[in-house]
Amino acid sequence: MPLVLDRLNTALQQALRSDERVYLIGEDILDPYGGAFKVTRGLSSQFPDRVLTTPISEAAIVGVATGMALRGLRPIAEIMFGDFLTLAADQLVNHAAKFRWIYNDLVRVPLVVRTPMGGRRGYGPTHSQSLEKMFLGVPGLRLVAPNTLGDPAALLATAIAEDDPVLFIEHKLLYARPLLEIDQGDLIDFQVERDDRQYPVFTIRPRGQQKAALTLACYGYNFELARKAVLDLMYEKEIFSEIVLFSQLSPFEMKPLLDSVARTRRLLTVEEGSLTLGWGAELAARTAEAGIPELRVRRVAALDLPIANAKSLEDAILPSPQVITDAAVSLVSGSF
Amino acid sequence: MVDAFTLYKTMLLIRRFEERLIAEFSTGKLVGTTHVYIGQEADAAGIFSVTDSEDVVFSNHRCHGHFLAYGGDPYRLAAELMGKNTGLVGGRGGSQHIHWRNFYSNGIQGGILPVATGMALAEKNGHSGQVVLVFAGDGTLGEGLFYESLNIAALWKLPLLFVVENNHYAQTTPVELAVAGSIAGRFAGFAIPTWERDTTDVLEVRAVAQEALDHVRSGTGPGGLILHTYRFAAHSKGDDVRDPAEIARAREKDPLAMHGVRLKPVEREQAEAEVSARIEDAFTRADADPVPSLEPHATRP
Repeated sequence: MPLVLDRLNTALQQALRSDERVYLIGEDILDPYGGAFKVTRGLSSQFPDRVLTTPISEAAIVGVATGMALRGLRPIAEIMFGDFLTLAADQLVNHAAKFRWIYNDLVRVPLVVRTPMGGRRGYGPTHSQSLEKMFLGVPGLRLVAPNTLGDPAALLATAIAEDDPVLFIEHKLLYARPLLEIDQGDLIDFQVERDDRQYPVFTIRPRGQQKAALTLACYGYNFELARKAVLDLMYEKEIFSEIVLFSQLSPFEMKPLLDSVARTRRLLTVEEGSLTLGWGAELAARTAEAGIPELRVRRVAALDLPIANAKSLEDAILPSPQVITDAAVSLVSGSF
Repeated sequence: MVDAFTLYKTMLLIRRFEERLIAEFSTGKLVGTTHVYIGQEADAAGIFSVTDSEDVVFSNHRCHGHFLAYGGDPYRLAAELMGKNTGLVGGRGGSQHIHWRNFYSNGIQGGILPVATGMALAEKNGHSGQVVLVFAGDGTLGEGLFYESLNIAALWKLPLLFVVENNHYAQTTPVELAVAGSIAGRFAGFAIPTWERDTTDVLEVRAVAQEALDHVRSGTGPGGLILHTYRFAAHSKGDDVRDPAEIARAREKDPLAMHGVRLKPVEREQAEAEVSARIEDAFTRADADPVPSLEPHATRP
């Protein structure tokens, strides 16, 4: 199966080929380097006029792309590490995300900002974070994250085709992962339901009559960890789980998750950002508001600490499959 | 070429509009705040007398003068400031956040500069022949994005005119406490040519703006237009801490008076009559307009 990296590269290539308004803009994205994570490799050679390398100016990259978008182009900006999004936060929050609404729907901002997030590569406190939670709930800004179940190329193509800004979060460890095949491998004992949203939600349920004891909610790379935990729970502990896998993080669309939690009454959220006020907190709050009887919730996330450089410390700070498994067992057994 | 009478009338429209605005705050018809342009009218009137109607403009928090000189409708602006449905952006943006045709403004210091830079790239690559003008003040020079934008605009030879209106105060902070070195030196560091005047004479502004725009329109890269001016009014509504004697000295170079002497008294009276009728009409109609409401889809679940 193709790798996530190849699918993202393919989506960019197809977008550049099919629409002359599409531009890539970012740091070190020209060949032969092709970007820090190689997502843009080969593209500047094929489209030299529309792949623009920039100075180290994250705020200006997003601002320039926003101006291009306001005037009819369809720019895709790359921020080399998601950690640097804080430098561009004003451009996202006070410019790109606001213009369409404050200008009373008279303009469109068809902008995609792609950025790699996440740790586990030993890059330390400023190159390993998952900062997407800082942008959740910003009016006018959609957050999307690919995974190995949906096609990352389709997801990115959808984002590029949108008339509004999209922040596209790519976990670094996903790049080298192959796409999953339904009914095979890890998924052989599961049925996969995909809803009809443009950024789909997948509900992954045990086959047969097994009633799931809990629902895991996750996105992006943490689906890899959640899946590992769910297989372990099933095969080692005979605890059956449903996974609700989101492609869109914000705005929050709750129906598939609420449907699942209505069946299991147990919700475990899994994310790699730090715990407090994270994605899982909003899911938990909205699920609680839905009035599901006997609901119990737990959140798994990174500790509320900067991410350390040493592997032993980083491993302790970021959630592992074991932490997910332990949280699931405690949630199901009711021991808190 | 725009004639002397029209230049005068544009400046007068800005002046009387802003005076009416300040007056309406005390009647309760306006809420929030505003940043008036009184004293700086020669800049906007001079610059927009030599722009092309399809050029793109990104203005800042002090945008009313730019908008009116651009050709914007004072009625739509008044309605916007009064929070009316008929406002430029339906009451969503207010004083600092407006859009009409190719005119845009936003309220974050420095934030508009890279956006304007991207707009200039779009104009260049679309071969429209249009240029982009972006307005900053002396206060904006403290923002890092100003320099990121100069750098990229110069590297990519974009058709972008950076207009710096130095009115000598960032809110209450005098330029001497906020700007080290020279303004022109900032542009020189990026090899961007500049045109600089310390004047409130609209004819001088027009001439220098024409030179700067000619350069930018030639396709060889961005330019900087540095205009030293002075605002007679407070930064926003009433927070003026400047020495009244200093303001009085500046008022001796009132751009309206300076240019007014070039007109006959009867022309000045005619301009006054036309402008006051237009402003009365604008505010009266805007006052009677309905207020906006959120669409059903925006209501809470």
